[in-house]
Amino acid sequence: MTEHHETQMAVPGNEDAVATTADPIADPGLPPHEPRPTDVDEDAERRAERQVAAMFGLSVVFTLLFCVAYFTLEVGGNPDTFLGMGASTVALGGTLGMALLLIGVGAIQWARKLMSDHEMVEMRHPIASAQKDREEALAALNAGADDSGIARRPLIRNSLLGALAMLGLPAVVALRDLGPLPGDKLAHTVWEEGMRIVNDVSGAPIRPEDVEIGQLINGEPAVFFESNEEGEPLIEGVELLAEKAKAAVILVRMEPEEITLAPGRENWSVDGILCYSKICTHVGCPISLYEQQTHNVLCPCHQSTFDLADGAAVIFGPAARALPQLPMGVDSEGYLIALSDFEEPVGPSYWERGER
Amino acid sequence: MRLLSARLSAKRRSPLAGVVVLLLGLLLTGGTYAALSPATASGDLGDNEALIAEGRELFLVGCASCHGKNAEGIVTQNGNQLGPSLVGVGAASVDFQVGTGRMPMAQPGVQAPRKNPVYTEEETRALAAYVASLGPGPAIPEEEKYSVEGIDNEAVVRGGQFWRTNCTACHNFAGSGGALPGGKYAPTVLGVDEVHIYEAMLTGPQQMPVFSDAVLTPEEKRDIIAYLKSLEASPNYGGSGLGSLGPVAEGMFTWVVGIGALVGFAVWIAAHSTRSKKGKA
Repeated sequence: MTEHHETQMAVPGNEDAVATTADPIADPGLPPHEPRPTDVDEDAERRAERQVAAMFGLSVVFTLLFCVAYFTLEVGGNPDTFLGMGASTVALGGTLGMALLLIGVGAIQWARKLMSDHEMVEMRHPIASAQKDREEALAALNAGADDSGIARRPLIRNSLLGALAMLGLPAVVALRDLGPLPGDKLAHTVWEEGMRIVNDVSGAPIRPEDVEIGQLINGEPAVFFESNEEGEPLIEGVELLAEKAKAAVILVRMEPEEITLAPGRENWSVDGILCYSKICTHVGCPISLYEQQTHNVLCPCHQSTFDLADGAAVIFGPAARALPQLPMGVDSEGYLIALSDFEEPVGPSYWERGER
Repeated sequence: MRLLSARLSAKRRSPLAGVVVLLLGLLLTGGTYAALSPATASGDLGDNEALIAEGRELFLVGCASCHGKNAEGIVTQNGNQLGPSLVGVGAASVDFQVGTGRMPMAQPGVQAPRKNPVYTEEETRALAAYVASLGPGPAIPEEEKYSVEGIDNEAVVRGGQFWRTNCTACHNFAGSGGALPGGKYAPTVLGVDEVHIYEAMLTGPQQMPVFSDAVLTPEEKRDIIAYLKSLEASPNYGGSGLGSLGPVAEGMFTWVVGIGALVGFAVWIAAHSTRSKKGKA
């Protein structure tokens, strides 16, 4: 390539601006235009016109059919008439869909067969305004500034700036509504010494002899099912949901010789019954996908897998910590109880959690 | 005897009276225990000697190659379990495993799939009676425990709560099943007989945990079954449910098939064009 092709072009409406391009390869231009059958054949043109009109007309028919189906077919009366779907559902969806589709197909047929298909080129123009417009705008701005005397009256200028700056304060103050700060709420649950572990949903307390080898129990603290003297639940509403999200547990029972007890936790289980937090330590999904024979619990969200026979250690997946274990004992009536709250925060990690 | 009763009535504090009272007490306690203790051994199946004998015959032919001649289980040389011991698994386990065709397995694998039962109901009963005679285990539940006939809406709602709390982690909120690690899976529970759902909860087959009657009571189990039956009966108003596998599968289908079809349609619209060779007149 020894020759550069320079194109200079006046931009319409902006004669000062000049678009300059330097192409290393000569612009081959557009291929020669070839007419369509409808451009050269009047019969074809009329046929295409009839086709488009027929599609729009059919669309009208389907719209009317929709109205007919709406009034004649019973909703939900016979929910599996056609391919497992209700007659009303199929008829309403089918007719309305066809009505819209035929308008769309007709419009495309119209555009492709009858509207002009000559290739058109519209050159890009510079984004900047014309020099004259820019000068006029600057002059108007300066005239305004002079008129207001903002440069001559620093008291007004500075007090205005101060007022505008102070407007940021409400936005900062309103941030307080995000609080109050959680404090150590994340580190504690409603579990406490002597609180019974009960079956979720039914609230029934659990005896260790009722739990069989291979059993899984989705448990909750008994306080969720207790009420005061007036019959009002002790914990309810948003607070109940918040506490449930932290306090839910799973109980499993396995052969005691299959369990590897962590040091210091020898007395936390009862006859091979173990109690762990149900909240995944990765991002806090509730988990109870328990495999009886492998003793693994799998979190369905991101496949974190915990070995409940080995202190709920993480054996696969993104979770960083083992599931917290709830120290468990038996009360005087023979029901399973918590010996204390969890010794570490349940659920996902957070900044203030530290190394625990 | 006449002498004894005469002496008893004559003299209240006979030296033999204590022994008699003790014997009577023991008899009463033992009798009451025998009458009232939970019949976990086998229900009425275990008493039928002929049925047990027939079950043993069937067992030796069809089951003993993996479970051992006395159902003691077989461990292979490299330590794998070929078939577990069946002592104490109970009649309910046999009725579930054989009644749903899971046993006998067609070949060893990570999971025994559900298939058409190999044994007739009578043969299954005989096998269950034999295995139940080996050791105490859960019996086949009576029909009133799992029958959902005439159950009210409240029970269905309660069953749904128990289902979502205890079962959905593996079996999916719609009961359509799901994947487990290592090629295993939780099967669908739709289209399964009521008694088999009950027995599965009671015995915990394969990787499924046990939900014993003492913790998840028979009424609660029946409510769960009623909820599942109501799921089966409810129509799919939106047409295909795509297996009810959840939003990920459904979103994937929409993106790939739905939007893919639209893109293909748009390409087809723009690609088709006839040109005339005649030139404009």
